[in-house]
Amino acid sequence: MSTDKNLLSKLAAGDKHGEDSPYFDGWKAYDNNPFHPTHNPQGVIQMGLAENQLCSDLIKEWIKANPHASICTADGVDSFSDIAVFQDYHGLKQFRQAIAAFMGRARGGRASFEAERVVMSGGATGANETLMFCLADPGDAFLIPTPYYAAFDRDLRWRTGVKIIPVECNSSNNFQVTKQALESTYLKFQETGIKIKGLILANPSNPLGTTLDRETLETIVSFINDKQIHLVCDEIYAATAFAEPRFTSVAEIIRDMDHVNRDLIHIVYSLSKDMGLPGFRVGVVYSYNDAVVSCARRMSSFGLVSSQTQSFLAAMLSDQRFVDSFLVEVSKRVAKRHRMFTEGLKEMGISCLRSNAGLFVLMDLRQMLKDQTFESEMALWRVIINKVKINVSPGSSFHCSEPGWFRVCFANMDEDTLRIGLERIKDFVLGERDNKNCNNKKENKKRKSFQKNLKLSFSSMMYDEHVRSPRLMSPHSPLLRT
Amino acid sequence: MDLLSRKATCNSHGQDSSYFLGWEEYEKNPYDVIKNPQGLIQMGLAENQLCFDLLESWLANNPDAANFKRDGQSIFRELALFQDYHGLSSFKNALADFMSENRGNRVSFDSNNLVLTAGATSANETLMFCLANPGDAFLLPTPYYPGFDRDLKWRTGVEIVPIQCSSTNGFRITKLALEEAYEQAKKLNLNVKGILITNPSNPLGTTTTQTELNILFDFISKNKNIHLVSDEIYSGTVFNSSEFISVMEIIKNNQLENTDVFNRVHIVYSLSKDLGLPGFRVGAIYSNNKDVISAATKMSSFGLVSSQTQYLLSALLSDKKFTKNYLRENQKRLKNRQRKLVSGLEAMGIGCLKSNAGLFCWVDMRHLLSSKTFEAEMELWKKIVYEVKLNISPGSSCHCEEPGWFRVCFANMSEETLNLALKRLKKFVDDGNSKRSCQNNENQRQKSSRKKTMSTVSNWVFRLSFQDREAEER
Repeated sequence: MSTDKNLLSKLAAGDKHGEDSPYFDGWKAYDNNPFHPTHNPQGVIQMGLAENQLCSDLIKEWIKANPHASICTADGVDSFSDIAVFQDYHGLKQFRQAIAAFMGRARGGRASFEAERVVMSGGATGANETLMFCLADPGDAFLIPTPYYAAFDRDLRWRTGVKIIPVECNSSNNFQVTKQALESTYLKFQETGIKIKGLILANPSNPLGTTLDRETLETIVSFINDKQIHLVCDEIYAATAFAEPRFTSVAEIIRDMDHVNRDLIHIVYSLSKDMGLPGFRVGVVYSYNDAVVSCARRMSSFGLVSSQTQSFLAAMLSDQRFVDSFLVEVSKRVAKRHRMFTEGLKEMGISCLRSNAGLFVLMDLRQMLKDQTFESEMALWRVIINKVKINVSPGSSFHCSEPGWFRVCFANMDEDTLRIGLERIKDFVLGERDNKNCNNKKENKKRKSFQKNLKLSFSSMMYDEHVRSPRLMSPHSPLLRT
Repeated sequence: MDLLSRKATCNSHGQDSSYFLGWEEYEKNPYDVIKNPQGLIQMGLAENQLCFDLLESWLANNPDAANFKRDGQSIFRELALFQDYHGLSSFKNALADFMSENRGNRVSFDSNNLVLTAGATSANETLMFCLANPGDAFLLPTPYYPGFDRDLKWRTGVEIVPIQCSSTNGFRITKLALEEAYEQAKKLNLNVKGILITNPSNPLGTTTTQTELNILFDFISKNKNIHLVSDEIYSGTVFNSSEFISVMEIIKNNQLENTDVFNRVHIVYSLSKDLGLPGFRVGAIYSNNKDVISAATKMSSFGLVSSQTQYLLSALLSDKKFTKNYLRENQKRLKNRQRKLVSGLEAMGIGCLKSNAGLFCWVDMRHLLSSKTFEAEMELWKKIVYEVKLNISPGSSCHCEEPGWFRVCFANMSEETLNLALKRLKKFVDDGNSKRSCQNNENQRQKSSRKKTMSTVSNWVFRLSFQDREAEER
């Protein structure tokens, strides 16, 4: 039976959820044919998912050694009923304190955070949306430097009605945001009458994998202070920084810039990347503005962290020795993976944007494009998914201003799988080079028809079907296997 | 330019309401049997604390679920990474079965039609985002849960128009009241997108009757753009399962599966009341409308259920022996508790609306008001909070149309605490009666000179005969 879409709200009937973006298409290709070393060695390798799977062993060890941390074990069950009823949106005090302490340590002790300002949210996803609800009215706008995390389009805009104004950055200076770009974008859009309420950015950056140096951060803070607009820093990748320039949090900057209006400064944090716990939905809104703390806290009712999870993490993150050694290991292991991957790519003549943080690199495939257009980028991307069988994210899905850049994740699989991924890329790259060098028309014809025959129906219809029948998910999915 | 959004600076979050002020008073001076025996007893919190022993013993017998293990193997990593907004299928299957059990297996639920959310709070808000545009309206029968003002309206921009219910017929929804509410919305130029009921009702503690459900379904059959949302969060607190009729049962019994009504009826559920686990933030939307499921699933990204919690509960709810026993025990204990409160109140001349569900009673204190006004209700409420040291919820905070009704919770404390609360209240009532009785005697002596005397006497007489009536109704 057909359903009338007018029956629903405009939000529900529209597509501003952004899930028709190619960013998600790659996921779908993976879901339909996921790689597995023994069950499905020809499957698609997932390199489009910025997950940190490098340190779960450390957490598992801690869990085994600390049965009291779970309210469900004999050691911890005495707390069960108190925790099970605890729904105070202030959150468990020990949890807030542990989070504040962890945030400080993830910044090398260079900044300290107050437990009273820690507000829970449904992951960073919830935190970013909540801040938009608090800081902007429908129709207001936030500036974002490009390229930016694809899902910001949904998280910041969908239900809030807030607009995004991209501040274009380009590869000539490694995509660094400049004062000039900020000023000119601000001026240009202000003239249209739109109310610009703030600037939001991720530091370390997704998809760039770079941290902002101190000078740039100071420039940014001066800019927003000058215009008296808000600054939201999404520091979700803070602990993944592994090389110079070391990660500098906006918290450190404002401590040293007395004249800045602190009511404009807000941090988003989460344990999904640094600790590799996206399933636990731990997001944090940390604001220096008391009214925002208060409002965000009320809104947190719509996405509180499960008290079971709060209780567990309060215990784990209060273990300073564990936290310190964990943070050292994260950084070390991310560095190792990063080196392995970038050196592997270098050997085949592929360079990446120089990065010092994050769970991914931005691969430079501009020379492999037929021409410097986004259509060519998409064509190349389809080949990578279908022929090379790797899910990577095309730069256009991050609103990159230049075609040819692809974000590739390296921390969400084991080393063997990463090597296989590199092998596949090598085969493809060398193959493409042979094709280019060889002026054989027959070869070119074959290649063109092969590419034409790549029918990827990544229409929203397919995805909706996927949503409607989750059972279509590959039977090989590790989730269904366990 | 205003620094913050309008949402941040207005007070549509509703937290200035007395409902929340009472909580604040409790926070300042909470009762504790040893540390603070004079403190405020919390009777404004609809929590179910009666069955933790059953949960704790299950945990003791099922160590794997607790420790991120399945069949002795660690699945920590999978759980830690699991953020698929479709939810853990083993959990959704178990939840769908549990919902069915709650309804005496008279109707079954398909886990593909379930969307997991961060509590019913988030489920209700998400449904509003999916079904209504800013400025549209939902009709709600009064009295209703105070949190709805925030959950349904605050960030969504949706308006609530009340369906006025009164004590003359036990606060039942009538066809007339529904139509009047609809007309009222039209007068206010609001586009009505749906009706939202809580079944069983908060704060009334009553299940929605067949008659009321017929009225609602007739209405939405005729008005083809209107949705019906049934918040069935208290479904497991019905003292006798057979008395609860879910909207999905109406669909089944009236064979509405092939009509357009099928796509416009939605359920909200949660484990916060039935299982007493509000801290775990487990809510759900159930709908046969694929578009609603699709949109709501995407929106659930803003408030997913922790995978750690999903896993624990999938094991718990898959244990059919446990769930069967739990549902039965839960109902039994709630029924007993309710009876204790009701008879305790009866003994001091206070009546309640006859209820068959919920974690609270809808208590009639109209006879204790100094006048039939909401000011008098507030006056009485303040006395009860500050002098009697009981936090109960005044009817006005639930948008009740008549002053004098209070919601009193009974399942969030021990029996001893309940007895103490009743003792305190009885003293207050007795003191009040003797004060009034002295006052009346005094006035009787001066009856020749003052008009007030006559009205006071007639008030007293009114109160006496009213109490007699109350006893009969029960």
